[in-house]
Amino acid sequence: MPKRNDFKNILIIGAGPIVIGQACEFDYSGAQACKALKQEGYRVILINSNPATIMTDPNMADATYVEPITVEAIEQIIKKENIDALLPTMGGQTALNVAMDLAKAGILEKYKVKMIGARPEVIEKAEDRQMFRDAMDKIGLESPKSAVCRSLADAEQALITVGLPAIIRPSFTLGGLGGGVAHNTEEFTKIVLSGLASSPISEVLVEESVIGWKEMEMEVVRDAKDNCIIVCSIENLDPMGIHTGDSITVAPALTLTDPEYQKMRDAAIAVLREIGVDTGGSNVQFAINPDDGRMVVIEMNPRVSRSSALASKATGFPIAAVAAKLAVGYTLDEIMNDITGSTPASFEPSIDYVVVKIPRFTFEKFPDAEPILGTSMKSIGEAMAIGRSFQEAFQKALRSMEIGFSGLNEPKLEGLEEEKKDKVLYELAYSRPNRVIYVAEAFRLGIDLEEIYRRTKIDRWFLRQIAQIVEKEKLIRKNGIPEKKEELFEYKMAGFSDARLAELSGNSERKIRTLRTKLDIHPVFKRIDTCAAELNANTAYMYSTYEYAPAQNEAEISDRKKVIIFGGGPNRIGQGIEFDYCCCHAAFALKESNVEAIMVNCNPETVSTDYDTSDRLYFEPLTAEDTLEIIRMEAQKGKLLGVIVQLGGQTPLKLSQVLEEENIPILGTSPDSIDLAEDRERFKDFLNRIGALQPESGIAHDREKALKIANQLGYPVLLRPSYVLGGRAMKIVFDDYSLNQYIDEVVKVTGQNPILVDKFLSGADEVDVDVLCDGNDVYIAGVMQQIEEAGIHSGDSSCSLPPFSLPKRIVEKMKNQAKQIAIGLKVRGLMNVQFAVHQGEVYIIEVNPRASRTVPFVAKATGVEVAKIATKIMLGENLKQFNLPNNDNLNYIAVKKVVFPFSRFPGSDTVLGPEMKSTGEVMGIDKDFGLAFAKAQIGTGFELPLDGEVFVTVKNEDKPDILPICRQLFNLGFSICATSGTAKFLQEHGLTKVRRINRVSEGRPNCVDELISGKIKLVLITSDNKSREQTDGYLIRQNALLRNIPHYTTVSSMRAFVSAIESLTQEELKVKPLQEYYQMRKKA
Amino acid sequence: MKSTEEAKISAALILKDGEVFVAKGFGAQKIITGEIVFNTGMTGYQEVLTDPSYVGQIITFSFPHIGNVGINDQDNQDKKINASGLIVRNLPTNASNWRAAQDLNVWLEKNNVTGIACIDTRWLVKKIRKTHGGLYGLIAYDENGLDIQALKKKAAEIEIMEGQDLAAQVTANKNQELGNNPSLKVAVIDYGIKQGIIDNLVNVGCQIKVFPANVPVSEIKKFAPDGIFLSNGPGDPEATGKYSVPFIKEALKEGWPIFGICLGHQMLALALGAKTIKMKIGHRGENHPIKDLKTSKVYISSQNHGFCVDADSLPDDVQITHVSLFDGTIEGLKSNKYPAFSVQYHPEASPGPHDCRIHFLEFVELMKNAKKK
Repeated sequence: MPKRNDFKNILIIGAGPIVIGQACEFDYSGAQACKALKQEGYRVILINSNPATIMTDPNMADATYVEPITVEAIEQIIKKENIDALLPTMGGQTALNVAMDLAKAGILEKYKVKMIGARPEVIEKAEDRQMFRDAMDKIGLESPKSAVCRSLADAEQALITVGLPAIIRPSFTLGGLGGGVAHNTEEFTKIVLSGLASSPISEVLVEESVIGWKEMEMEVVRDAKDNCIIVCSIENLDPMGIHTGDSITVAPALTLTDPEYQKMRDAAIAVLREIGVDTGGSNVQFAINPDDGRMVVIEMNPRVSRSSALASKATGFPIAAVAAKLAVGYTLDEIMNDITGSTPASFEPSIDYVVVKIPRFTFEKFPDAEPILGTSMKSIGEAMAIGRSFQEAFQKALRSMEIGFSGLNEPKLEGLEEEKKDKVLYELAYSRPNRVIYVAEAFRLGIDLEEIYRRTKIDRWFLRQIAQIVEKEKLIRKNGIPEKKEELFEYKMAGFSDARLAELSGNSERKIRTLRTKLDIHPVFKRIDTCAAELNANTAYMYSTYEYAPAQNEAEISDRKKVIIFGGGPNRIGQGIEFDYCCCHAAFALKESNVEAIMVNCNPETVSTDYDTSDRLYFEPLTAEDTLEIIRMEAQKGKLLGVIVQLGGQTPLKLSQVLEEENIPILGTSPDSIDLAEDRERFKDFLNRIGALQPESGIAHDREKALKIANQLGYPVLLRPSYVLGGRAMKIVFDDYSLNQYIDEVVKVTGQNPILVDKFLSGADEVDVDVLCDGNDVYIAGVMQQIEEAGIHSGDSSCSLPPFSLPKRIVEKMKNQAKQIAIGLKVRGLMNVQFAVHQGEVYIIEVNPRASRTVPFVAKATGVEVAKIATKIMLGENLKQFNLPNNDNLNYIAVKKVVFPFSRFPGSDTVLGPEMKSTGEVMGIDKDFGLAFAKAQIGTGFELPLDGEVFVTVKNEDKPDILPICRQLFNLGFSICATSGTAKFLQEHGLTKVRRINRVSEGRPNCVDELISGKIKLVLITSDNKSREQTDGYLIRQNALLRNIPHYTTVSSMRAFVSAIESLTQEELKVKPLQEYYQMRKKA
Repeated sequence: MKSTEEAKISAALILKDGEVFVAKGFGAQKIITGEIVFNTGMTGYQEVLTDPSYVGQIITFSFPHIGNVGINDQDNQDKKINASGLIVRNLPTNASNWRAAQDLNVWLEKNNVTGIACIDTRWLVKKIRKTHGGLYGLIAYDENGLDIQALKKKAAEIEIMEGQDLAAQVTANKNQELGNNPSLKVAVIDYGIKQGIIDNLVNVGCQIKVFPANVPVSEIKKFAPDGIFLSNGPGDPEATGKYSVPFIKEALKEGWPIFGICLGHQMLALALGAKTIKMKIGHRGENHPIKDLKTSKVYISSQNHGFCVDADSLPDDVQITHVSLFDGTIEGLKSNKYPAFSVQYHPEASPGPHDCRIHFLEFVELMKNAKKK
């Protein structure tokens, strides 16, 4: 069918900020969709509040709206851009939900906008539990026994037929949020209530437990002619009961016979037909009883999903790009399979390798939350690996995770054999992160396979594979590293890393590498070609494998000039999409400079691992071993100009040392300069030389010294271990007691592991300055003033570009210092400096001569493609060549705000500190600070109340600051209630109308009761850090969080909030595309 | 293994051109020569190994893990393993599936079939694909060690089997009569039929009787069928056609509705006056798209053929109904003169997608319509 021409202007809705369950896979899908539709000659309009995305690059769409994803904003865009078609299936649940709201509000009808990809009734049928179940009944597919409930009473009735354990699934929530598995009636009540609260329509499904059944997924694509294909099957190693996003998954399914597979295939296609997904990709989940093969349908997603991103990367079939073309009327046979370049997309990929994905968790950042996995997703990122056997792929995936695993490393267990066994058996029965480590340990301890199966319900096939790895480990421990080539080769084929072999044999990794090189043991590279070699394919999408000789190497390296970019690996808090953005831009820049761009990464969610982002893609772990093998290969022909390690965050940076040892040219700023910035002493000297200030500090190798330094500097002080990066275990303490507590509970101080004690600059303003430098000239790319005061990790703080309240003199001083530092460090590329402005003086907190998290925000706010330019500088170009605009006179302001995953970690406190906890960011852009802040705030998913009661409770030193804020709130028409101390202070200072309410300890009804009863629309709360008793504050924050009531925990953010409300009362929010802002700049 | 002792080779693949792939063996210990083919399916090795179309062939599985789900009692396509050997990337594992009755290697050993593993099968698939006329060689497995030089010589002497009537080797070993529906009697001509086809015919309500490939028309007349089914099977269509084409020509004249699959499709095409040719690259997988030219709909099909009907040779009264979207070759034909149609792919799947099962119903319709007339 030819493409449709009954519409011209297509709106694509993005997924908004990165949250758990919705990560950069939707940047990947959205970017693919933009590209595909633009190619087809449509006018593409995009809305996404997330500036760290490739899809919001101004050349991806014809008009790019970085605006909050709300019905109001989209209606304005529809009107302004004359939208006639809406594609809601690329932006995850966020896009689907807002599209449904638009449909329900009659807006689509009003402006005659066609929904393409999935119609509203289809979305509803797929997402509404009861309608979905009815549909499955109709086509004769079994579902677990279940009942839809709208109250606790309903649910208790349902439990009689369903029985315990029961699964509670709230309707219309993301990644199963608010749901769970109930094993007893008490748990049941608790989860039903939380599920009802999470569901936007107060509805939960109470369902028969199929926990322990095999969990399978099918990725289906359907076109307007009802042609259906299965792109990939996915088998969850972790059985039903653990969210698929938190499960280790394997592609393709490995434990089904053909009739069973085909039955599931038929069912998956029948589901799409019955639900009515006209065009595009969907994911259908099944549970299969391992004892008799009974198959039930669990659910379907009528859109591209995390699984479809995984399936795309696992097979080379670009589901999102194809789905976008199908949405505008093409059929599968009319679309080319890019990978083969000669056959149509209407086929089912066949693969000749095994793919393993392992989720990565971050429970250590939320110590109050229990690290237990269930039906609500908790993982922050994932790594995928490819091999020619399960063992190879599995062990590659384990080391790709970067959580200290070099393979199936032993868990740290103490005690006697029997105690260890008990502990391991316990761990097997409870699904915690990285349970496979305990499975391996169980085999080491001689626990029977059937016992392990009984507890984990991990298919025996996978258990045997793990047992085989453990068997091989035993041999290595016993006999050491074999000297014979064939024997060592066997271990490499089973996926053993050099590092793991070194650990097992008591050698150094380097020694293993030397031995391996001596014996000429190297991997070959095979291609992902969608067809298991049956057709010719020329796309350079590769993975390594130790292949049986004679083996064919398919790397087919070129004789071009080339650069290798090392990516960021699995997403984690502190290192996510922002760095992938930088790596993608490096690839774009290399292509523009006619240098072959070679990408290495192992994160399947990203744009960087899209086969057409770079010229050549290696889907490989980012370890020394794996990257050196790629370099070894690529260096054999052409000219390897060097490697880029400064754009992917800490992951590639950690490779610098070994790369230097191997004499691999590293492009950009020298690793020595990077080291200088990270080495305390060297950095101190350097700053002294250029006359820049640092907060006073000391280093303590024991408790006494720490106390002494703290008292010399004067409290508060910032404590951190010297060996940890990224804000882990950082804490601000206010007295000896808390310092002692820190040493007792958080970080053991030893001679080898000293702690750093920094004077903490209370109430300072923090500022980030990003610069580009070519060694001679410096360009100030962005100055960002943080809205939260010092002490909150810059990754968690809101910020404003340009600064909203700093004197020009201070800004100039920081710019000058940043320039001096960049020149002094001989930076070639990007550098980020963090300043603190304290009592009119400028202090340097940190210098990172590499890409930082702020790069995409700066690029989106200013329209200057800083990451691309940085790459070109690394290639030898000068700043002068780029003719960059001065960023001093922007006639608009951009505000960044972040989102937190607290609601995923019940029990965790929402108070912010020096340890980063946010998962994603949004940008608000408008003509003044208030409006930009309001947009950013709305973009994070909170509604901004324009009236109602504000609850204020602040610590003593904040009281004077809060007074003008409260006055303004009164003026704006809010009423205020406060706890005794705050109320008294406000009343004494003229705000007599403040209503006093009880603290928790003061009797009922108390402030928490008032929060629960819904009277309070907004909470302003700061907590006394000196006090160890924070019950009230904790309870207030928890309840505000649970009820989605906006709450501010710093005075500066409160101030920003009030100015936002002020702006909002004066005028309505209006949307404007980035392209127009940049145009305005040019004119200005 | 002691490092002083010269490691003996217990299994290997040796190509006709002398290239040696050292391997590890499983199943029966012996030497097997023949054509080496491949299959890119990710499921269904049990069906593939028992499929009579693979008789005498050594199958390379491109998916690296074969044997995961063992062997069960339900999925065989014939009473025996028809492939003469198999080549896989990884040694088979123990079975894990609720229907598994035995492990793959045990089954192979019992049935005297050899497998070898630990080979770069992806490379081998490419070699097979690129070797015009088929790749020949031998696989050998002997725990006591192999004499590689002698085997190389043996491999060099392998005769390329062109123009072989392999159907004769596998025909009518089923001898089945199934179903009970005297109004829909189907005479099944067995060139090496798969159980999946028989099951599908019975499932759509046919009463079937299986006849050997060289059955005379007189024999069929005694059965008084409502339709004739021409089965799949191995070998060169021209060779089998020598006796089969005259039979089909007669059958067409009798006015019996005819449906053919794979080799049966080629037989019908020959009888209708077309020619078959050896393909440059055969079709060997479960993921091949075919297009129904009448509806423009695309189906995913299971395929296994190295010959195809030459489009240039089609008489005017024969119509192309389906084509391959991979290479445009003919995938389905229909006679405008006789009630006869055929498909090159495998609507019975086993293994593979079930998209095209509809052809069995079409056959039933054809028979019913013929009756009305």
